[in-house]
Amino acid sequence: MSLIQLLIDGIASGCIYGLVALGFVLIYKATETINFAQGDILMLGAFVAFSLIGVFELPYILGFLLTVLIIGSFGFALDTVVIRQVIGQPPFATVMLTIGLGFVFRGFASIFWGTDIYSFATPFSGKITEFNGLIISYVNLSIIIGTMVLMTGLYLFFTLSKIGVAMRASSENQLAAYYMGIPVKLIFSLIWAISAGVAAVAGVLLAPITLVDTSISLIGLKAFAAAVLGGFGSIPGAIVGGIIIGVVEQLCGTYENYLFEGIREISAYLVLLLVLIIYPRGLFSDKAEVKKV
Amino acid sequence: MRFIFKTNYDQDINIVRHNGDRISYGLLVAAMIIIPFFIDDFYLGELSYVFILAIAGIGLMILSGYTGLASLGHAAFLGVGAYTHAFLLTNGIPFYYSIIIAVVVSFFVGAAIGFPILRLTGMYLAIATLAFGFIAEHIFIRWEHFTGGNRGMVVPTPEFGGISFYDSATFYYVCLISLIASMFAAINILRSPTGRAFVAIRDSEIAAQSLGVNIARYKALSFAISAGFTGLAGALLAHYIGYLAPDIFNIFFSLTLLLLIVVGGMGSLHGTIYGAIFVGSLPQMIAIGRDYLPSSIGSQPGLEPLLFGLILVLFILYEPLGIYGRWLKIKLFFEMFPTYKKQTFKKQKTFTKSDRV
Repeated sequence: MSLIQLLIDGIASGCIYGLVALGFVLIYKATETINFAQGDILMLGAFVAFSLIGVFELPYILGFLLTVLIIGSFGFALDTVVIRQVIGQPPFATVMLTIGLGFVFRGFASIFWGTDIYSFATPFSGKITEFNGLIISYVNLSIIIGTMVLMTGLYLFFTLSKIGVAMRASSENQLAAYYMGIPVKLIFSLIWAISAGVAAVAGVLLAPITLVDTSISLIGLKAFAAAVLGGFGSIPGAIVGGIIIGVVEQLCGTYENYLFEGIREISAYLVLLLVLIIYPRGLFSDKAEVKKV
Repeated sequence: MRFIFKTNYDQDINIVRHNGDRISYGLLVAAMIIIPFFIDDFYLGELSYVFILAIAGIGLMILSGYTGLASLGHAAFLGVGAYTHAFLLTNGIPFYYSIIIAVVVSFFVGAAIGFPILRLTGMYLAIATLAFGFIAEHIFIRWEHFTGGNRGMVVPTPEFGGISFYDSATFYYVCLISLIASMFAAINILRSPTGRAFVAIRDSEIAAQSLGVNIARYKALSFAISAGFTGLAGALLAHYIGYLAPDIFNIFFSLTLLLLIVVGGMGSLHGTIYGAIFVGSLPQMIAIGRDYLPSSIGSQPGLEPLLFGLILVLFILYEPLGIYGRWLKIKLFFEMFPTYKKQTFKKQKTFTKSDRV
């Protein structure tokens, strides 16, 4: 297999990591909490899409949009009802809270949808295109294009729209934003909604590759590597970090024999630890330095 | 309400505060010593498991409850303790030396991991320990010479003067003695300057630093001590399970330990015992609860994680001080009787604390 082929596969899976990491980054930038349940929200997105497209047989695009809408409002409700109560408490409380929520979502999904592994037909399943001898599957193509479209949309939203600017203001300085008349609580809930919506997009795009079951929530943990590598707090950093992690994983998988067996599964975590130890500010951080003792 | 009159400076650092405590803890220990004569082997085994969980809980409590550092990969140290102990026993090292070496090895592994990653703060630390947990689990799978890999590893049964270790009463006493020793060690660590430094770091790093506490050093020390206790629990756990497989020491176990200290009550050694009893009896409670639910819900395998998460969420939201905190509130209510004020335990509201500055 040629190197470019590997790169394309790596970039596609990296885009998924990047999207999940983007969810972390949005929430972290605004509220300084880390949502350990991001992967589980992705899983819920995939399941909801499966129900809408696979069971109720809605058209793909409609099902896709409806999924994002449902999961987005779910994220909004989650912040309003639960997360808001622990804001300002030590980080330990939010870490445990979101981990607990992750378990609740996973348990709920396996009760509601059962423990079977589902697959649903998308317009991209099983189709490939050839380009200069490279084989590109439509699924990978859909992931890469989907990510690009979403990123552009989010970029425009954050720079042009009034709500987007308000969101950036509240991330920058909560108190000042509040004095300027920005409804900070509402904005935070909206950020949770966007972040959940992005996770849902990742879930739906990923579903044709990994199939749908509760174990895909583990992607959320690997995406930490992407977020940290990109310098937690930077939106382009999350995507670039995700792509790097995806490519590294793909390369480790292919050259496993030269390294050591099983390195593929832990390569993301190894990168994560190395980055944290050697260069914790990450590639694209807007911070001068991560606080160290 | 009891007022303690201080007639001696030593009273400030006494382990037991007054005679009432002396009597109640004495009775508790006495009851624990004679209990094997009254209950059957199954419950004795469960009780031993609770003791093992409590030892691991003490370890994590020192780290999270007293030093304020979250570790999402603590099962790895259970694994280090368990595998070291089993490996040494297999190679003919006597039980006592083997268990001590297991603790020491866990301690140094904790220190080695702690030094680089504890320089990170807050969330980064939680993420780093999570990654460490995954990598450790993977090492247990791949390092077949030492751990037997996925095939697993039989834990040899040592003997005490002709009595096999698998006699549940013997094992029970070993666990009980280990728990009492760990508790005693933990109390002493926590009332020493080292322990005070831990608490100072938890409450305010800046204040601690300005009072001359070397933060990086004490954090690493806390991590290492915590790993040492967890390693002891791991070594005992190896005997309890009897057959080590790498997937025992997964992230779910790490989170169970966190559940233990959150439910028991953060920042109290009492809490580890309450939490251990809770976590140890949770599978049984779920099993009993299943019978009362309609079969369409009761027979679902997803019920366990759902309840697990729900308990965690509810405790964080409504009783952040855990079972021990609830007990303190009830006690205070009766002591103060008509004048109890809810505000005594009220959570303080704060703005989002920023670590960006």
